Amino acid sequence: MTRIYSALSLFKEGLTGQTGWKQAWRSPEPKASYDAIIIGGGGHGLATAYYLARNHGIARVAVLEKGWIGGGNTGRNTTVVRSNYYYPESVELYGLAHRLYEGLSKDLNYNVMLSQRGMVNLCHSTAEMEIGARTVNAMQINGIDAELFSPEDVRRVAPIYNFSSDARFPVFGGIWQGRAGTARHDAVAWGYARAASQLGVDIIQNCEITDFIIEGGRCRGVQTTRGAIRAERIGMAIAGHSSVLAAKAGFRLPINSYALQACVSEPVKPVLDTVVLSPGTGVYVSQSDKGEIVIGGGLDRIPSYAQRGNLPTLETVISGLLEMFPIFGQLKLMRQWAGIVDVVPDSSPIIGESPLPNLFLNCGWGTGGFKAIPAGGTLLANLLATGKHNDISRPFDLDRFASGRLIDEAAGSGIAH
Amino acid sequence: MQLFPCPFCGPRDETEFHYGGDAGNARPDGGDVPIDRWAGYLYLRSNPKGAAREIWVHMNCGEFFVMERDTLTHTVLSSAELGGEHAA
Repeated sequence: MTRIYSALSLFKEGLTGQTGWKQAWRSPEPKASYDAIIIGGGGHGLATAYYLARNHGIARVAVLEKGWIGGGNTGRNTTVVRSNYYYPESVELYGLAHRLYEGLSKDLNYNVMLSQRGMVNLCHSTAEMEIGARTVNAMQINGIDAELFSPEDVRRVAPIYNFSSDARFPVFGGIWQGRAGTARHDAVAWGYARAASQLGVDIIQNCEITDFIIEGGRCRGVQTTRGAIRAERIGMAIAGHSSVLAAKAGFRLPINSYALQACVSEPVKPVLDTVVLSPGTGVYVSQSDKGEIVIGGGLDRIPSYAQRGNLPTLETVISGLLEMFPIFGQLKLMRQWAGIVDVVPDSSPIIGESPLPNLFLNCGWGTGGFKAIPAGGTLLANLLATGKHNDISRPFDLDRFASGRLIDEAAGSGIAH
Repeated sequence: MQLFPCPFCGPRDETEFHYGGDAGNARPDGGDVPIDRWAGYLYLRSNPKGAAREIWVHMNCGEFFVMERDTLTHTVLSSAELGGEHAA
C-alpha cells in the first residue's frame, strides 16, 4: 500500500500498474461519541480536525458534513491567498494563515499548488495613492510584505491592463504583495481530509445536523441524519449557514447571508501571471493554471441562501472586467456560480465560544474565508482542545459586538461589502 | 433581473431596492437599556433560510416597507406599507 505521495512512490506505482494507491481518506460509520465534533467539512472544518490531531494529540474527532467535503464555499471561491490587511489583529490572523499556507503542501504531503504570483490592488487617483501609501506603511510596520507600486511597476506586472489615456479607471499606482497568490482550492480540502484521516479523524459525509443535544444548559452533542453523536466539545465551521444552526442552538449571530458569485472564462494562453484587484470596479482577476480567467467581484445585494448569483451583479462585474481589460472582450464565459457567505458588520470573522457553552464558532469570514483556512483551523482546534482563546483569536470573540471593539476590515478586503 | 413589488410604485427592478434589516427589530426605548439589548438591536440578525420578514427601501420613491420573501427561492410572498410596530 502506498501512503506517501512522492516522486519515488509515483515511480514505484508505475512499475506495478498504479494498483497500490490507498483511498485518500476513510469513510467510517459514525461512532456514538467523540472527544470533539466539528460541524462542516469545508476547509476550515477539516483543518480544525487536522490541527486538533496534530497540535493537540486529540484524534477521537469526527467531521460531520451534510453534503460532500469541500462542496460549499471551499469549492466556490476564487482561490486567492493573501494577507494584505490593515489592523494589527487582522495581520496576526491572516499572517498566520499565509505562513501556514507556505508550508502546507509539505505539512500535508499533498500538493495544494500554492502559486505566489503576487497581487496588486490598484489605485485610480492621487487620493487613492495616498491611502495606498498609508496601507503599505501599516502593513510594513505590522511585518507584512508590501510595496507601493508606481504606474510603471503596475505596467510591468499587468501589461494587458487598460492603460489608455481615456481609461475610466486610470492607474496611478498600486499596493503590491509579492507573497500573495493562488492555491488549488479542492486540494486544500482534500489534503487536510487525507492528513486528518491518517491521524485517526473520522470524516463523515452526507450527515446533516438536525438538532443539538443540550443538557444542563451545555451542548453535549448533535442529532444527525445518521443518529445521535455525543462529544465533549463541538465546533462549528459552516460559513453562510451559521445562522441556521445558531437558531437550532437557541441564539442569533451578527450575520447576514449573501450570495457571492464568481465566474471563469474558457481557457486561453497565459496572459496574466498575477492577481489584479481594482477598487474602482470592485473586480479582481487572475488566470488559473489551466488558463481560465477567474473573475470575482462584490456581493449580491439581496440577502440569500440560493447558491447562484443574480444577473445585475454579474453584469456589474463583467462591465468592470472589460473596463480593466478590454482585451477580454472576446472571451467566452464558461461557468458562473455563487457561494453563500456569512457577512458580519465589521467584515472580520467570529472565533470563540458561542452563547451555548461547549459549542464553539468559526464563522463570519464573509467573502474571504479561503485564504484564512489554516488559521481558522488552528484557532478553532486550540479552542476545542483548551476551551480558551489564545492571543490571536481573542480579539475575534463574539463579545466584541457588545463591547464595541470592532475590527473594521471592510477596506482590508479591497472591495466594498 | 428580478422584480420587487413596491407597495407605492408597483413592480420595479431589484436594483432599485435596498435591504434594511429584519422587520420587527425595534429600537430599545429609554435611557436604561442593558448593553446586551443594545448589541442585539444593533448587530444580531435572524438571517433565516426560507421565509423572511424584512424591511426594504425603494430608493426611487424613498419609502420604507415590509417585504415577506423566501431567501432560498427568492419568491416574494407579500409587500406592505410599514405597520404599527415601526410607526414609532
